[in-house]
Amino acid sequence: MIQCKTSKEISGMGHSMKRKEDDRFIHGKGNYTDDVKLPGTLYMDIVRSPYAYAKIKNIDSSEALKIPGVLAVITGKDLEQYNLHWMPTLMSDTQMVLPVDTVMYQAQEVAAIIATEKYIARDAREAVRVEYEVMKPVVDPFKALDADAPILRTDKPDKKDNHIWHWEVGQKEETEKIFQEAEVTVKEQMHIPRIHVASIETCGCVASYDKVDNHLTMYMTTQAPHAIRTVFALVAGHVGLTEEKIRVISPDIGGGFGGKVPVYPGYVIAIAASFLIGKPVKWIEDRSENLQADSFARDYHITAELAGTKDGKILATRMKVLADHGYTDASANPSKFPTGMFSIGTGSYDYPNAFMEADAVYTNKPPGGVAYRCSFRVTEAVHAIERITDRFALEIGKDPAALRFQNFIKKEQFPYHSPTGWEYDSGDYEAGLKLAMKGIDYDNLRIEQAEKRKKGELMGIGLSTFTEIVGAGPSKDFDILGIKMFDSAEIRVHPTGKAIARFGTKSQGQGHETTYAQIIAEELGIPAKDIQIEEGDTDTAPYGLGTYASRSTPTAGAAAVMAARKLRDKAKKIAAYLLEVSEDDLEWEPGKFSVKGAPEKSKTIQEIVFASYTNHPQGMEAGFEATHYYDPPNLTFPSGAYICVVDIDPDTFEIKVRRFVAIDDAGHIINPMIAQGQVHGGLTQGIAPAMYEELIYDDDGNILNGTLMDYLVPTAVESPSWETGHTVTPSPHHPIGAKGIGESPTVGAPPAIANAIVDALKPYGITHLDIPITPYKIFKALKEKGVLDKNIVES
Amino acid sequence: MIPSPFDYTAPSSLDEALKLLHDLGDDAKILAGGHSLIPMMKLRFAEPEHLIDLNNIPGLSYLKIEGGMLKIGAMTREVETEESAEVAVHFPIFADVAKLIADPQVRNFGTLGGNLAHGDAANDQPAVMLALDASVEIAGLDGRRTVGIDDFFYGFYSTAVQEGEILTEILIPIPSGRSGNAYHKVERKVGDYATGGVAVHLEMDEQGICTKAGIGLTNVNPTPLRAVRSEAALVGTSLDNGAISSAAQFASEDCNPSSDLRGDIDYKRHIIRAVTKKMINKAKQRAFKN
Repeated sequence: MIQCKTSKEISGMGHSMKRKEDDRFIHGKGNYTDDVKLPGTLYMDIVRSPYAYAKIKNIDSSEALKIPGVLAVITGKDLEQYNLHWMPTLMSDTQMVLPVDTVMYQAQEVAAIIATEKYIARDAREAVRVEYEVMKPVVDPFKALDADAPILRTDKPDKKDNHIWHWEVGQKEETEKIFQEAEVTVKEQMHIPRIHVASIETCGCVASYDKVDNHLTMYMTTQAPHAIRTVFALVAGHVGLTEEKIRVISPDIGGGFGGKVPVYPGYVIAIAASFLIGKPVKWIEDRSENLQADSFARDYHITAELAGTKDGKILATRMKVLADHGYTDASANPSKFPTGMFSIGTGSYDYPNAFMEADAVYTNKPPGGVAYRCSFRVTEAVHAIERITDRFALEIGKDPAALRFQNFIKKEQFPYHSPTGWEYDSGDYEAGLKLAMKGIDYDNLRIEQAEKRKKGELMGIGLSTFTEIVGAGPSKDFDILGIKMFDSAEIRVHPTGKAIARFGTKSQGQGHETTYAQIIAEELGIPAKDIQIEEGDTDTAPYGLGTYASRSTPTAGAAAVMAARKLRDKAKKIAAYLLEVSEDDLEWEPGKFSVKGAPEKSKTIQEIVFASYTNHPQGMEAGFEATHYYDPPNLTFPSGAYICVVDIDPDTFEIKVRRFVAIDDAGHIINPMIAQGQVHGGLTQGIAPAMYEELIYDDDGNILNGTLMDYLVPTAVESPSWETGHTVTPSPHHPIGAKGIGESPTVGAPPAIANAIVDALKPYGITHLDIPITPYKIFKALKEKGVLDKNIVES
Repeated sequence: MIPSPFDYTAPSSLDEALKLLHDLGDDAKILAGGHSLIPMMKLRFAEPEHLIDLNNIPGLSYLKIEGGMLKIGAMTREVETEESAEVAVHFPIFADVAKLIADPQVRNFGTLGGNLAHGDAANDQPAVMLALDASVEIAGLDGRRTVGIDDFFYGFYSTAVQEGEILTEILIPIPSGRSGNAYHKVERKVGDYATGGVAVHLEMDEQGICTKAGIGLTNVNPTPLRAVRSEAALVGTSLDNGAISSAAQFASEDCNPSSDLRGDIDYKRHIIRAVTKKMINKAKQRAFKN
């Protein structure tokens, strides 16, 4: 189906080349942060708060310091002496490194122990005595704005409430008017729950400060090494750690998903400890710390509304969000977008008008929220629009697929200007949905469903036809802490025709070592296996903003193309020189230039590269290297059409996803096997919040499921056999027409599942259930409807 | 895994282990498969000063049929009952239950003896043992004794295995006539403790009249629970729908679940009713297939 322009030997775009990185992973030779072993390393452990909101009356370290091997117990007061007790978040809010007098959430860092062994550090953790004065926390975000709610951020002298920011976009008055006059309006209150990335590798670092050279090498689990180095320099520049004295190395990463974008207090404390003691300090979180204290994702309370006509034409949508950020806004969004790309919430539909607004509040919960494989809040937006679209279909009694066809943005409408200000680059939504319906045999499923309903069986069919927005982003709008969101590639081809290429991004499992090589192979004809890819070392790689929000292919991938094309231009000049013809007389095929009409006269890329070092034209710069910083002209807009079928046990309400067909459109695909793998992983992370995952807090701010025993990460057993496919609508502005794939499935899957489950329960008057939808939640909903015993159980 | 400091001994005979246990007293814990104990030590919920590892002691791991009994050595791994064709003849319930215990890694190392001796009503094997009317052999320095399963579970993490004793064998009577058994639990995801689980064992005569019924419930009571009224509701019946419904209803009424993240009390009673019904039907089907 995918046309390849290169041979298998070259393995450019479209080849399902096996991942180059897998050899080392399969052989257990990956090099993760915890594998970094430096002589004289000290170990750090962290004392954490058992309370969500409390004053620290006293920290008694004396017993801990008596334990042989314990070197130091660091508190907020110690850091305060160096003005290192607070740090900026990526959203220009502030976050404690260690508290001086108040803890703001359960599991917050309170003190750090430095010891010669990690076992000793953990024993000492138990020996530190902290005296707290417990205060009543603010847990419910809706109550955070009550007049009598305690003001949490007393560190900010001007703060008179717990409101962080207000954001809005769209046509407020027009939308209001449409809602007043519309034939049909529907409304649902939804919660997109607080979840956690729960990557297999937790966060950690080895901070190694050399007192003699005044130089810090920071090995750490980061998706954005360059940006993080800049943040460190901003935080610690005043104590002499300026940017040139900091080297951040991000080794192999065992999953990031956005959770390894922020700077966590542990990193900064480890740096401070290494800086003061002059020895390497290693800090590796355990699983509970990772779940309980690191940035969460989502936690949007959304009121979604839709206005339309009785025959199914949608006219306007209105969405109102309450965002629970915990005690500080530690999101990782572009600066100008406090709700990320939530304004993509008109989705794949041709809305004349829309209005969206959001308010963010502080609560006594861990800070966040990071974009968990969601392209900056697109998951929340897509869930709202896909659910409310189904709600509208239910209201007017129309098939949800037919309703979608009626309202899709048509392929000839691209570039399409959305009412919330985006220019969608390209798309063919009808084609995707048709393919998905054919794949799952939609019409027959509806017949089967009707028969099953007569027998009291619970079967549901759910659709999600979403539009993603990725590849942040164009410098005119997109920056993080002022740094524009370009990304970079640098290609060096050695005299023998083999190459190394370095990038400002950082793979966490996405397969960059393979796909970037394939992009360069496509452009230069050098076999992908001969191209080594390196990322994650700020001393060697060009500056870039990192890997998250499906941005690597749209930005750094494009940078690789542009750098390679600079080299191809140079190659053409050298080939013309070697073949003694004019450049105009040459034609390119992957791997060589030949003379038009005389194909026997040709020079391979390897010969040309060799000549660039040994026999280059006079006046031309020697060597074969190029760098490009790519500033994308627009975002890219991948899309997908997902359909799933669920069967619910009428007695126990156990939910089985019988089938799930996912048709994605990510434009041109670099490596179909890797893209499919991304889709499989993303879909599994889509059923996670739909059916299993949620961080739950009680009224006192205690986390109730802070271990993997109760925070339910689905496994292969819970995953259905995914059926994937794709349509190809290239991005018109991306140099190879690629759009990004990594997050589409995570974004698109939850509403497909939720819609299917709600569809199964349609005969019982249920119009909406918040995710995660569990058997218990279905039981409660049916019980509330009073249909439990008479209609279902005895059937 | 960063537990509190502890000493470790791996004796090579049961006598040696019993002597150590006697000498060390309360400060020592027995390590069998470790899949209940070690997670608790990891979180420092359990902080034993000594671990006595039974894994080097020969002769504690076996499955044998002897004197009308299935005898299971205490150190027999869950996976062995899961995969034994001999066990499956009379007790397909072992394959049911093993598949629902945690994950393959745990089943490859976790032991049946440890599963029972841990005394956790959330474990799955206790309900099965109740249904099968097992008994348990316990060794001490003074000799061995056998305890019926109904007298085995005392309370939360507390069993008939006393200080200085080690559970050595599980004995299950082999039914002589027509019989069937089955286990299922509702769990939030694979490897989870049960929201509610039900083990059913049925025996019947040639006319299809139920002569014996065993029903054990998982994680809906402070200790593993025998559903006495449910059993009585089946014995002497032809296992008709009415009897099955009554048994299911009794089980849901007689259990004492607590409300937690898995669900509230109503929900758990509902689950027990539904699963009891399903498992009686499944055990019955199996009985008639034999």
